Amino acid sequence: MVEFVLERAGYWAIIGLMMIGLYIAFSAENLIKRLVGLSIFQTTICLFYVSLGKVNGGTAPILLPEDTPKHYHPIHEGAPGPDSLLAAGGERFADLHHVYSNPLPHVLMLTAIVVGVATLSLGLALIVRIREAYGTIEADEVREIDIQTALAQELEEAKDIKEASA
Amino acid sequence: MILESVLSSAPAWALAHAPVLLVVVPMFIAPILAMLPNGRAAWLISIVATAAAFYFAIVTLGLVQSSPTGVLSYEAGRWPPPIGIEFRTDALNAMILLLVTGIGFLAAVFSWPTLSSELGNHNKLGMFYAAFLLCLSGLLGVASTGDAFNLFVFLEISSLATYVMVAMGAKRDRRALPAAFNYLIMGTLGASFFIIGIGFLYAATGTLNMADISDRLPALTDSRAVQVGFAFIIVGLGLKAAMWPLHQWLPNAYSYSPSFVTVFLSATATKVALYALIRFLFTVFQPEYTFEMASFSWVLAPLGIAAMVICSFQAVFQTDVRRTLAYSSVAQVGYMLLGVSLATAPGVAAGLLHLFNHALMKGALFMAVAGIVMTHQGTTIRDFAGLGRTAPWTMTAFAIAGLSLIGVPLTAGFMSKLQLGAALFAEGWWWAVLLVVFSSFLAVFYIGRILQAAFFQPPVNPRKTHKEAPLLILVPLWILALANIYFGIAADFPLGLARDGAVAALGLEAFR
Amino acid sequence: MKSDHHVILRVIGKCFIPLIVIYGFYVQFHGEVGPGGAFQAGVVLAVAIILNSLTFGLTATMRAVPPVFARSLAAVGVLIYVGVGFWSMMQGGLFLEYQALFGEPPGGHDGQHAGIIIVELGVLFAVTGAMITIFYALAGRVAEIRDEDW
Repeated sequence: MVEFVLERAGYWAIIGLMMIGLYIAFSAENLIKRLVGLSIFQTTICLFYVSLGKVNGGTAPILLPEDTPKHYHPIHEGAPGPDSLLAAGGERFADLHHVYSNPLPHVLMLTAIVVGVATLSLGLALIVRIREAYGTIEADEVREIDIQTALAQELEEAKDIKEASA
Repeated sequence: MILESVLSSAPAWALAHAPVLLVVVPMFIAPILAMLPNGRAAWLISIVATAAAFYFAIVTLGLVQSSPTGVLSYEAGRWPPPIGIEFRTDALNAMILLLVTGIGFLAAVFSWPTLSSELGNHNKLGMFYAAFLLCLSGLLGVASTGDAFNLFVFLEISSLATYVMVAMGAKRDRRALPAAFNYLIMGTLGASFFIIGIGFLYAATGTLNMADISDRLPALTDSRAVQVGFAFIIVGLGLKAAMWPLHQWLPNAYSYSPSFVTVFLSATATKVALYALIRFLFTVFQPEYTFEMASFSWVLAPLGIAAMVICSFQAVFQTDVRRTLAYSSVAQVGYMLLGVSLATAPGVAAGLLHLFNHALMKGALFMAVAGIVMTHQGTTIRDFAGLGRTAPWTMTAFAIAGLSLIGVPLTAGFMSKLQLGAALFAEGWWWAVLLVVFSSFLAVFYIGRILQAAFFQPPVNPRKTHKEAPLLILVPLWILALANIYFGIAADFPLGLARDGAVAALGLEAFR
Repeated sequence: MKSDHHVILRVIGKCFIPLIVIYGFYVQFHGEVGPGGAFQAGVVLAVAIILNSLTFGLTATMRAVPPVFARSLAAVGVLIYVGVGFWSMMQGGLFLEYQALFGEPPGGHDGQHAGIIIVELGVLFAVTGAMITIFYALAGRVAEIRDEDW
């Protein structure tokens, strides 16, 4: 049992953080706290992907000098193009001197981080506008104000109709 | 025959690059519009951009139909598919692309009068049109990419642009701001769930190309990672597609955003998310898997039925026309889900046909409401009283689209409900047919209330003058309204598209 | 300048801003052979501008780097990126196929080389412009802060 938990310690941490983020995003009344929860949630996804890309004993996926093929000179005429490198891909990976982690999840998360930054800044901009329009950033107060104005409008319209019919 | 003449007259470069051009052209025009200081010029350019995208979508459809395999693959950067990003178009995507670009074009034409009256400040409208084109390009990207992670990126491009456009409704009603914020939280959670699911699939299969994932999954159906990934993907895309009960963001976002945004979103955004759902349900995962069959009969069908009945009820009790229509949109997503959950070719075809027709009717309904908002400044049912007399053209088109939404014979809505009923009967789900009929009765009530107010009540407010919506609104509105009637009588074209799409989704050959 | 309480801050800031900019360009161009790249470089460059506005005030910075310029920079970045895609199409290749940029035979690498550098330049512009625009948009709003908000 203890082994079962400890073997997957990384995943437990990720799941725990993810649930914390999700809970904050749903339960907080303060809009900024909601965004914080959302950010935690998105960051956990990055952790999840990066932990997927980890290879046991692998170093950071930056090609070390020993592993660059000797015939590979970028400027040189007649070096293999992307097609031949792709075709030879399987064999080239087999005789690397170092073990590398999988770089693809890192690259994916680079994109996800950019998306996260865009979401965060858009959310903050919306909060600034909400603050200007309502004078508060608490979701329950915003809801209360909305209900009050809707009721006031209803009353006014009813008065209008009465006047028109009178 | 129109398709063939377009294909034969298309230049070689358009034939070679159409699947990627229709995504990239709006994306290229958008930053140009963001720098334009003149709103009217931005409007004209955005019409050109959407028209170009529409043209490329027609070419793509023609290419897909004339290709022997029925699949069009475009390798971005000439990196071959399992490694590189592939734009993969088959009959299913082609239909969605045609629908989204067509609605996008009509919406762009109609946008100027309503936007300039609701948002004012003509010089900043360039930014708004940039957001519109980015949203369009994102939606088209979702519909045409063959790479699971790329789908997430396009989904977020379109969603971020959507949040901005919804928030722009604050000029008219400040409630647009909290609506946009809630939509942002929910939409981002949905996209995050989707990307977690993709992570599980990547962990299990080691690839991100959707066709490649689908090839490798049969050996892994017992893997718990795959099943968890499936669940995450369904929830995430369900949130984006406003699947009941994940639709809470939709009513507010639709009722407080600028009228133009509601027109565009109601006809495209949820449709594209639903497309992605269908793509994952049927192409990436195969319907033969037991866990997936279980999800069809125990999750999707009940949710579809619940949406149909409960949201129709909610629509009946709304006082705001746009809210009524928004709840009705969730109910219509229920019809589509019900058709899809049959997992048979006629069922999926019926769902797709309803998707197509619903875009036509909701587009027309919201366009008519946009015209009313512009001329009469009100969206409650009380404001609609007597409008049949003061704005006959607008309200007649509204009535046609409303009847189509109910499913009156000779309209497009009738055709799709007929197909859905036939598909349900073929499976022996007669009780579901009864529920479809019941939900249509509810539609009679909520559309009937609006029509009754518009045509049989005197104008409540005598100050409101006799005023019709401007021609730029009326022409696209009537094109959509007439399409509702035309496709109700001669349904061959959308029916053919839907059947081909269902065949492509399910990977069948026999059913045509 | 007896009244300037921020003299140390400003002098240090003045020293650091050029260094940050140089480091940004280093990250950008080193991205070709090692870790680095336009996303990070763009953020570092934007940080230089943001530091400037923190030490010398927003209005002074907005005069030096106008918001319109920042916005246009972001737009131009996207245009460059997609433009490379169109360029390769015009040369008869597929979208973003760097190999086709100069119409080289399969062995050549000039296209790959130039293509990725131009695209990274586009990303640099877009990220820098977008980050500065975000900062201006959030910092440029003058909101009154009431006592109970603290």
